[in-house]
Amino acid sequence: MNFVANKSDLKVVGTRPIRPDGMDKVTGKAQFGADLTMAGQLVGKILRSPHAHAKIIKIDTSKALAMAGVKAVITSADIPDIPSEEAFVGEGPTNFRDMSLNCMARGKVLYEGHALAAVAATSSAIADAALAAIDVTYEVLPHVIDVEAAMAPDAPVLHEGMITTGVDPKPTKASNIVKKVAFSLGDWQAGMKEADVIVEEKYDTAAVHQAYIEPHAVVASVNPDGQTVIFASSQGQFMIRQYTAKILGMDIANIRVTPAEIGGGFGGKTLVYLEPIATALSAKCGRPVKMVMTRDEVFRASGPTSGGTIEVKIGAKKDGTITGAYALVKLQAGAFPGSPVAPACMCAFAMYDLKNVTAEGYDVVSNRPKVAAYRAPGAPISTFAVESAMDELASKLGMDPIALREKNAAKAGTKAAYGPVFPDIGYEQVLAAAKAHPHWTAPLGKNQGRGIATGFWFNIGGESSASVFINEDGTVSVVSGSPDIGGSRASMAMMAAEVLGVPYEKVRAIVGDTAQIGITGMTGGSRVTFATGMATVQAAESVVEQLKKRAAMIWDISPDAVDWKDGEAVPAGANAGGFDPLPLAAIALKAAKTGGPIGAEISINAQGAGAGFGAHICDVEVDPDTGFVKILRYTAVQDVGRAIHPSYVEGQIQGGATQGIGWALNEEYVYDKNGRMDNAGFLDYRIPVASDLPMIDAVLVEVPNKRHPFGVRGVGEVPIVPPMAAIGNAVKSATGIRMHSLPMSPPKVRAALDSGKG
Amino acid sequence: MSKIHVTTTVNGEPTEYLCEAQDSLLDVLRDTLKLTGSKEGCGSGDCGACSITLDGRLVCSCLVLGVEAEGKSIGTIEGVAKGDTLHPIQQKFLEHAALQCGFCTPGLIVAAKALLDSNPNPTETEARFWLAGNLCRCTGYDKIIRAVMDAAAEMRGAAA
Amino acid sequence: MPTVSISGTSLDAFTGGKSELEVEATTFRRLIHELEKRFPGIGMQVEETMAVAVDGVIFQDAYDLKLSPESEIFLIPKIGGG
Repeated sequence: MNFVANKSDLKVVGTRPIRPDGMDKVTGKAQFGADLTMAGQLVGKILRSPHAHAKIIKIDTSKALAMAGVKAVITSADIPDIPSEEAFVGEGPTNFRDMSLNCMARGKVLYEGHALAAVAATSSAIADAALAAIDVTYEVLPHVIDVEAAMAPDAPVLHEGMITTGVDPKPTKASNIVKKVAFSLGDWQAGMKEADVIVEEKYDTAAVHQAYIEPHAVVASVNPDGQTVIFASSQGQFMIRQYTAKILGMDIANIRVTPAEIGGGFGGKTLVYLEPIATALSAKCGRPVKMVMTRDEVFRASGPTSGGTIEVKIGAKKDGTITGAYALVKLQAGAFPGSPVAPACMCAFAMYDLKNVTAEGYDVVSNRPKVAAYRAPGAPISTFAVESAMDELASKLGMDPIALREKNAAKAGTKAAYGPVFPDIGYEQVLAAAKAHPHWTAPLGKNQGRGIATGFWFNIGGESSASVFINEDGTVSVVSGSPDIGGSRASMAMMAAEVLGVPYEKVRAIVGDTAQIGITGMTGGSRVTFATGMATVQAAESVVEQLKKRAAMIWDISPDAVDWKDGEAVPAGANAGGFDPLPLAAIALKAAKTGGPIGAEISINAQGAGAGFGAHICDVEVDPDTGFVKILRYTAVQDVGRAIHPSYVEGQIQGGATQGIGWALNEEYVYDKNGRMDNAGFLDYRIPVASDLPMIDAVLVEVPNKRHPFGVRGVGEVPIVPPMAAIGNAVKSATGIRMHSLPMSPPKVRAALDSGKG
Repeated sequence: MSKIHVTTTVNGEPTEYLCEAQDSLLDVLRDTLKLTGSKEGCGSGDCGACSITLDGRLVCSCLVLGVEAEGKSIGTIEGVAKGDTLHPIQQKFLEHAALQCGFCTPGLIVAAKALLDSNPNPTETEARFWLAGNLCRCTGYDKIIRAVMDAAAEMRGAAA
Repeated sequence: MPTVSISGTSLDAFTGGKSELEVEATTFRRLIHELEKRFPGIGMQVEETMAVAVDGVIFQDAYDLKLSPESEIFLIPKIGGG
């Protein structure tokens, strides 16, 4: 199907119908991961390390095994010792051995909360008692938490064989520095020499958690013949299947994973923690095992994203033209390699047309939980630094912040800071919309300030499968492989309805399990509406071709003589014959007679995703006595390509912006001197609540991505990229002080107000 | 330890169950009564996903013991709709797209209903502060507040 | 013959730091093959860790992607998401 250039040609796409799973969700009927019970199920629980870094000398499970009601106890001895295997699967680079060790420690525990044993018992109380009865002998080792301390030459080393890659000469000693990455255009130092004005800044950010309200949950049941069913809350049922098979050495065909409704993921549920463990426990005792993380476990033992440090240098001429730019990003990966330092470097300056730029960085391990993807991984961190520095630059130049960005804006044909030329993009349009918005010129009061910041994310395509079936009565069933975390079922139904020319109410979309639909990559990377949408459209188009053929048979004319219009087969011209239009339902009635069931399944590797840009304007009021930063007004402008369901697009923008607001103002991992997390609960890990926020004005700019039939660009990740700098810039505007450290929590703002320095 | 027998009312229905002294009401609702609409997000009363009403008062069921329900009246998400007629709050949540993943939704709807039952005409600020105990990570609360204010207006109009 | 540019330093260990290469290849699969001939070991690294941007449009895992000498061809690290 060719790109539909005219929005007015669309009947369903762009409207705001009610989502098909909505009724279940507002009545409490929807089944999330912890809501399923299987007959005979046991409660599974995990024993976790109280130490940040220790050798496991001995694990004695005998007392636990002997307890009444305990049906299985496992340690790493029950998990295959798989070799190191790098792969880029779906959401990022992965090492399967690291993932296995993260699920169950082998020989060493590398962070407080690291799993080292698990039990399955007939009740929660017995499972707890069994955990307490497992005797572990540790040899506690010195630990290291923060990134620069972990990089120091005398830091305790987590992995004996870790030799830094990407540096020349190659080190001879192991360290905690996994790798160095660098992306360059031109010569940034030469560029700086041409500058009239230079800003040099250093920032630091803390680790923050995706903080989905639903903890990880799974029920797994293994039959004696190895056939396994898993019901789990996840961003990818195929991912669970593949990773569990890999970690436990099972055939993929023996595992059937049903994706439960998922209570938030944001990247944090794109990997496995409990699933292989529950499966291994079930295999050992022959009964279903249900495992649900507590909130405490979610914080201590599931991946937050990285914290780190960012140094930025930007040089510009008096007229605002940037002549040189540099960023150095050091990110914590947690206990195993894999911080998002590469995308952090690639996105840092992506908004700008630069001839001389270098963004380089280090991936560093330390004794913290292994980081997991979090909405536009890496980009919010480096963008916080760059967009704060840009604000300083605007200030030094005496230039309006939007004007400075417009002067250097990337556009179609610009060579991106990460290398390739940009195709059609919407950054200038986003800036223009921000400038034109009444928020930009609204008056401000005492202790109030305004900040603007912009951001970029690639968005991806990837493997997706969808099927479209015509039912006996002409209604339509759509099955896709993408777990629905934000309303995507509605969008799939809308796109199918648009192609078929039928009302949305006649199309029902569900999410299939791994046995019901073709392989589909994870729900993440802002890919579902783009990639799974593309598969759905292609499946619907294939169905339209079949419907035309069937109509031709019914009319006894050539299939070339049939067109499809508004949900009906029509003769292609006067010569085809004077037939009345044949509605889909009428053709469906004759399906058996004209060849059999009408349907199509399409599997694709969707290419050509369109990148997105956002610009956020934020007004704050800073209380000079308490340092409390109140968000007064928030406007988030974003190029969304084309909004299939505008309400859900707005929702992504509002939700992503809110996570960025929490990241900016309150959220952080706090560690004690023993390397234990101090604030592993929602009371002290403070995410934004309803009373913290005003309404968030989500402004949709549409520069369609012509490589998708409806012009879709991914939208979910871009909105978390600008907020931290927007708020930092607003705080500067309100107080005259530049905050260099996130979060900008009240004690830190108050201290900055006192000392005059942030 | 032997279980304790509790007689109570859940969503208007007389209900009996057995539970241990230390079981939370949330666990009883979900595991014993199979009313899984109330969710556990934190287990410590900080997220509101387990919100129910106890004799009309909004509480976190993870902070109430199963035995405390004796002789009281419990209201959960499962009782908000009347048969197949959605409560205006539920309808407005759907129309305003006030949910994305839907996990916080049951708790929010119960909490919003408790708000409007006690204050049919809240300001936006009053609504935000009342609902501050219900965490949502997906929506940024914008469409939730719009849905609640719209439901309040509709309910006032219907009552008028 | 298309010129292939490399974004970032992740292939430096194989190419000795060269960031622009002339490679005789009309598909991505052929490109990997030709690079492997020139720099043994690079093939797997490109297949598993790199995407290719053709005139700025990013393709991940696309063996049969056509590459023409008129296009800008850039190997960039694969992108994930969250």
